[in-house]
Amino acid sequence: MEGLQIVVCGSLVPDPLQTLEPVINPTGPGLKNETMLPSVLDPWASHSLYEAANLAKQVAGSKVFLVSLGPKAKLQQLMMTVAQKAPFELVAVDGSASGFTDAMDVAKTLAAAIEAIPGLDKGKMLLFGGCSSASRDAGVTMQLVGEQLGITDQFVGVDEIKMQDDGSFSVLERIEGGQYLASTCPSMPAVLAWATGSLPEPPNNPQIGMANMRCVMPALQKAKPASIGVGGISFEKTEIPAQKRDTRIVKDVSADEIAAELVEWIKG
Amino acid sequence: MADLFLVLHTECDGSFSKAALESLSTAADLSSKLGSAYSVGVIGAGASAAADAIAGCGAEKFYTVEDEAVAAPRYSSDTKASAALIKAADAQIILAPGTSRFARCMPGAAYRTGAAVDTHIVALAVEDGKISAQRWYYRQRILTTLSRADRPWILLVDGGVSDAWQGDAGSAGAQAVAVDFGDADNRVVIKGVESPAVDAQTIRPDSAILFVAGAGWTKKQSDGEYHIGDAGVLIQGFLCKAGASLGSSKSLVDLQSDGQETLSFMSHMNQVGQTGSTPRHAKGLSTCCHGEEPHAVGWRFINERRAINTDANCGWAQGKADVVYIADAFEVMEKVNALLS
Repeated sequence: MEGLQIVVCGSLVPDPLQTLEPVINPTGPGLKNETMLPSVLDPWASHSLYEAANLAKQVAGSKVFLVSLGPKAKLQQLMMTVAQKAPFELVAVDGSASGFTDAMDVAKTLAAAIEAIPGLDKGKMLLFGGCSSASRDAGVTMQLVGEQLGITDQFVGVDEIKMQDDGSFSVLERIEGGQYLASTCPSMPAVLAWATGSLPEPPNNPQIGMANMRCVMPALQKAKPASIGVGGISFEKTEIPAQKRDTRIVKDVSADEIAAELVEWIKG
Repeated sequence: MADLFLVLHTECDGSFSKAALESLSTAADLSSKLGSAYSVGVIGAGASAAADAIAGCGAEKFYTVEDEAVAAPRYSSDTKASAALIKAADAQIILAPGTSRFARCMPGAAYRTGAAVDTHIVALAVEDGKISAQRWYYRQRILTTLSRADRPWILLVDGGVSDAWQGDAGSAGAQAVAVDFGDADNRVVIKGVESPAVDAQTIRPDSAILFVAGAGWTKKQSDGEYHIGDAGVLIQGFLCKAGASLGSSKSLVDLQSDGQETLSFMSHMNQVGQTGSTPRHAKGLSTCCHGEEPHAVGWRFINERRAINTDANCGWAQGKADVVYIADAFEVMEKVNALLS
């Protein structure tokens, strides 16, 4: 089999441990101190990057591109850690990574960035990304990017891909009730929007990091600005609902009493 | 022209899922609030018969795509069929249940029909004829109310927004919409659904109670020893006796990915929280889990929450649970299982 060309779409999201508070900006909703919030690569996109790197390792001559949309300065910070995880070539786009942006705007920008990758044969491409994001959490961007690139074989909520020597592959997609939809695809191109896959986060590898960084800085310098907005969305209200409960702490009580109370609650 | 259009798909046996019938109730309610009629489109195996089964729902018109190409879920054929239905109905507002099948194909249908699309809608309202939708951003952390002037506008509605529709069957007189499926629409071959064995099925969306296990089950216990085998027996015993659905913290399933010995029946599919699922159950019991915010956001739609933890300062005790029992989960769950027997 020829080397694979895997394009991974992945952007940054606030570190999940940060407290998020919405604010209203002139252009729409945003997060308080958004530029200061520490960021991570979106968790689902991370899984797709690790799966891409693993797949590329199995097929000689393969190459992974990471197409990432975000404020250039934040992407630079993010790459200090992400670049140590897996070998890739960065394609950076300088624009908003806010969850409140319109997915169609984002998809158009990502598709244009992919179209512009020199030497990429889109007819043989595997387009990877997360099945959702930890920001917008809409689960639509990958399908929209695929449509714009004319890719009509798409898989969403993927946990497994198995490549065959003839370039065909089988896929497991998550569906309701903890089940998988199993299917086969005769050839590329295809879109695979990943769930968690099955690979752990790779340890930091300084050698991979150093190799990646040779391309990261030039990619950041070349990053084209993109105007990403809320599109046609009119946000009427943006709030953090009061969710705090009046917690009752039960301690110094025997396991028998706790069990009895729990069973009454379960059956009630 | 249909102002309001609901798109449904059948299951492989030709029936409608609970999610589909819930979205039918949502569409009927929205139609009533808008004071306008609505139509229904159905794709999938047995679509015409399924339309007859909901003929009494008050829809003005029914459309179907029943080709073999849409007998099983597949992006290419489902997207083409959904786009054809939306065009046939000349619809402006399109509702659909947020099932895995429609979550996969509706964004593509939106692209092909020039529609805007929003997903994970948890509430719909009408004021002065204007529709507004509620959805969460940043994984159940920020709730927004939004509207769009864009038309067509596709909205995928989450489960639990309405009660499942119940009503009379009849003759829907559905109009079959012709779709020209070609080889390109059938390239992907659906092999089937892989389900865990019945006794190994731990994810039960219709269960009244969610049981969440945290990484504490796999740590050294008070005697300084690991008791992972005992943990598995207790947890599976409870799932069986209470008919509960099993959830997990990220840290527990990550242990498995890292190759450490852990609970063999647990996978990333069970993960609840920031990077996992957000299930809907009436009650939830957390065990050996700290209840930190990235995990607790996955509990947004769990009404009653209780936790068992040895740490009185855990996240659950900070207003995230109704009751926190400071106790050894091994000891408590053994007795709970005995009482449930």
